[in-house]
This record gives sequence, structure tokens and C-alpha cells, in this order.
Amino acid sequence: MNILSMQNIRKSFGEREVLKDISLSVAEGQVTAIIGPSGSGKSTLLRCATLLETIDGGSVTYLDKTAAWEEGGKAKYASAQVLREVRSCFGLVFQNFNLFPHFSVLRNVMDAPVHVLGRNKKEVEEEAVALLRRMGLEDHAANYPCQLSGGQQQRVAIARALAMNPKVLFFDEPTSALDPELTAEVLKVIRALAEEKMTMVIVTHEMNFAKLVADHVIFMDGGVIVEEGGPGIIDDPSHARTRAFLNKLEG
Amino acid sequence: MALWTMVQTLADGMGKSILIYVCTLAGALPLGLLVAFGRMSRVKPLQLIVKFYISVMRGTPLMLQLLVVFFGPYYLFRIPTGSSYRFVAVVIGFILNYAAYFAEIYRGGIEGIPQGQREAAHVLGYSRSRTFLTIILPQVVKRILPAVTNEMITLVKDTSLAFAISYSEMFTLAKKIASSQSTLMPFVIAGVFYYVFNFIVAFLMERCEKRLAYYN
Ligand SMILES: Nc1ncnc2c1ncn2[C@@H]1O[C@H](COP(=O)(O)OP(=O)(O)OP(=O)(O)O)[C@@H](O)[C@H]1O
Ligand SMILES: [Mg+2]
Repeated sequence: MNILSMQNIRKSFGEREVLKDISLSVAEGQVTAIIGPSGSGKSTLLRCATLLETIDGGSVTYLDKTAAWEEGGKAKYASAQVLREVRSCFGLVFQNFNLFPHFSVLRNVMDAPVHVLGRNKKEVEEEAVALLRRMGLEDHAANYPCQLSGGQQQRVAIARALAMNPKVLFFDEPTSALDPELTAEVLKVIRALAEEKMTMVIVTHEMNFAKLVADHVIFMDGGVIVEEGGPGIIDDPSHARTRAFLNKLEG
Repeated sequence: MALWTMVQTLADGMGKSILIYVCTLAGALPLGLLVAFGRMSRVKPLQLIVKFYISVMRGTPLMLQLLVVFFGPYYLFRIPTGSSYRFVAVVIGFILNYAAYFAEIYRGGIEGIPQGQREAAHVLGYSRSRTFLTIILPQVVKRILPAVTNEMITLVKDTSLAFAISYSEMFTLAKKIASSQSTLMPFVIAGVFYYVFNFIVAFLMERCEKRLAYYN
């Protein structure tokens, strides 16, 4: 079953068309890696999927809930109520974490489940502590984000997203703000999630990591999907543009 | 006039100065937030009106504004104003003026919060009001505290401008005594008073800043 299905997505910023008729679907338990050069529209695609940007055309559907569809050549969005339900399907991990600096680590993880979902505080706390333990952060629950390293902050951000029990988790270059040694600890956590069959969509420049965790790899360039397939396409791309991009990364 | 009577008279004025101060802050701090919202509004006419209001408040002397608020109702609209209006006019004038300054400080603070904070809250499902009240506002408060402290210190001294419409706060009384008794003493006392008042304000605000220093 597809958790997410995006059909014929179009998106422009002013005159500039950033996404040109992009379609992708994400099956349950699948890890999708999106790769491609800077400016190819990877972040924009993720922001459209997470409703941070509005699409100009096409459709976005999570499970059986359609967030946006095309009507008369324009995109139409569902009611606020439906969008709220849709939003509860996904989580997003940002490149620069975007933790709430005035909340402790524990509160960062607990606040939304308690105040958005209205769940029992005790229950949420138990879960949050367990999540932090999984992230290797059990000693930092009472700390504030500014007291943590970048890698630790990113793991808190992952815990915060997971605490909402999303059906799919999006990552936009989760390690590109981090030093190499901190990158490893974050990638390890994401890999562990993949092994637990968490559905994920990851925009990344880490090709070795993509090869390792992805079931499906999408190569984007110039607002279109140039090539997609199994992780094998990273070693053996069939498209000249993919090859050029990968060679440049290695070079 | 004995020094003691002088101090007693001035102490009475101090009470009034403090009253102006407290009323002004109580009005201008929240009103400033409304003004800031108007200034940031996507409704263009509202935004322009508020922008104009702010530029007038900041671009003309506060003393002049006090005079307009005090004499305006009668000279412009022939509305008779009773003697109790003197205090009301002072407070209205100060609130209108300081709200404009606070609004610009708030706006800077609100716009300075990284967009990512709103986006993170949005994706987590926070409502707009909850995002503003629990995510944005606390961070804004921390950021603007030094600038607000500056305004609060200026306001202590600005309360003396109420002499322009002869409201009998501290400075008005000091001037009156000084000229009738030909002595500088009331000014010295007034100076000490303003200094101590500001010392307390600065001390309290510093404590607030320290309380919020647990993150950055
Ligand atoms: N809010 C915006 N307003 C105008 N143009 C934008 C906006 N966001 C993105 N763009 C443009 O859209 C294009 C695609 O940007 P996007 O951030 O999606 O690329 P990307 O593939 O994520 O690149 P990178 O690898 O550098 O993160 C770029 O040319 C960018 O300048
Ligand atoms: Mg990007």
C-alpha cells in the first residue's frame, strides 16, 4: 500500500518552474533516497509533500486522504480539517534541526504529542524517554538544544518527529550541516529506523549511505526525475546526466 | 521652605511620576503588540495606516504630542475636558507614543525568529495561535528584552515631559519649588529620584534577562 502518492506535481516560483510534472509514490516500509545537484528541486519537492509549499498542479495523497488535487488546471487543497489529518501522517527532519531552543530536549519531544494530539502526559513521557534512549540521548533529556552537539540536536529532531507516530518520515539533507564524525551517528540512527521498516524519504548527498539504506533511488535534475530505480543505479546509472552528477561527486 | 517639606512635596510628585510610568507600560506594552501586528498585516491599507502612525509618533516631539492630546479635544472638537483629564491626557499621550516604539521592537523581534521555527511547528501540527504563543513569543521576549529595557529607562526620564501640560508630577513640582524658593535643591532631589528609579528598573530587567539566559 502506498503511504504517499504524488502525481504530476508542478511548482513555480514566479517565472521559474522548479518542479515539472513530477510523480512519485512511497510504499509502506520503503526507504526512498532522492539525489541530484543543487537547485534541482529536491527540497521543494519535500516541502510540497509536507505542505510547507503549495503546488500549482498535480495531486498529493496520503493513504486514503487527498491533500491536494487538480481542478480546472489549478491545484485545489482540502479543508483545514483534512489537512490536519494529513499532517498527522508525516514527520519532517530539517537540515538545520529547527529544535525549539527554549524547550528542554524532553519537552521538544513531548510538547506536540501532549498539546497537539492531546495525549496523556505520563504516557507520552514514557515514550519520549524510550525514544531518547533509542537515539542514545537518555542523559540529555533535561538539557537545552544549545548544550548539545549538532549530531545530538539532529537526533533530538528525529525523536521529536517520531514521537508523533508518523506513517512516513521525510529528511532534507539531515547531515549536511554536520561534521563528518557527527554525520555518522545520525546516519546510524536512520539506518536503524530503516531496519525497523520505518517508511522514509531522504534527500541526501551521501551516496554510500543512500546505497546502503535505500530501496528506491530517485535522481532529480532541473525539476524532473531523470532516472529512478533500485540502489544499483548509483553504481551503474543509465543516464548521462546521472553519471555526470555522480562522477562530479566522486571527483 | 524646610528641606523636609520640600522632600515631602516632591515625594508626592514621585508617586504621580511612578503612576504615569506604570500606567504607560501597562498600556503601551500590549498595545505595541497590536500595532506590530497591524504593521505586519497583509492587509495593505491597515499596514500603511499603522506605518504612518508609527512614523508620526517617532518623528514628532513627545511634548508636542502631549499638548495635542491635552488641548486637542477642546480646540478641535469643542469637547470640554475636566481637570481630571490632565492625568488621562498624559497617560494617553505616553501610551500612544511608546506603543509605536514598542511595536517596532516587537516587529524586529518577531521577524528575527527563523522561519524554520514556524515550519517545524506547522509540520508538527501546532495551530497558528499556539505556535505564536508558545514557540515564537517566548523567543521574541528574550531577544527584545535589551531594547525594551532601553525604552523603559528612557520612559522614566520622559515622565518629566508631563510638565508641558502642568501635570503635577515630580519634575513639574521641582521646577515650581526651585523658582519660588530660588534654590537648586529640588532639582538635586529630582535627579537622585530619577537615578534611583532607573537603577531599580535596570536591576529588575537584568534579572529578567538572567532568567532567560538558560538558552540561546
Ligand atoms: N521560496 C523560494 N522562492 C523562490 N525560489 C525558490 C524558493 N525556494 C527554492 N527556490 C528555487 O527553486 C530551485 C530549487 O530549489 P531547491 O531548494 O528545491 O533545490 P535543491 O535540489 O533542494 O538544492 P540543494 O541541493 O542546494 O538543497 C532553486 O533554483 C531555488 O533557487
Ligand atoms: Mg535542498
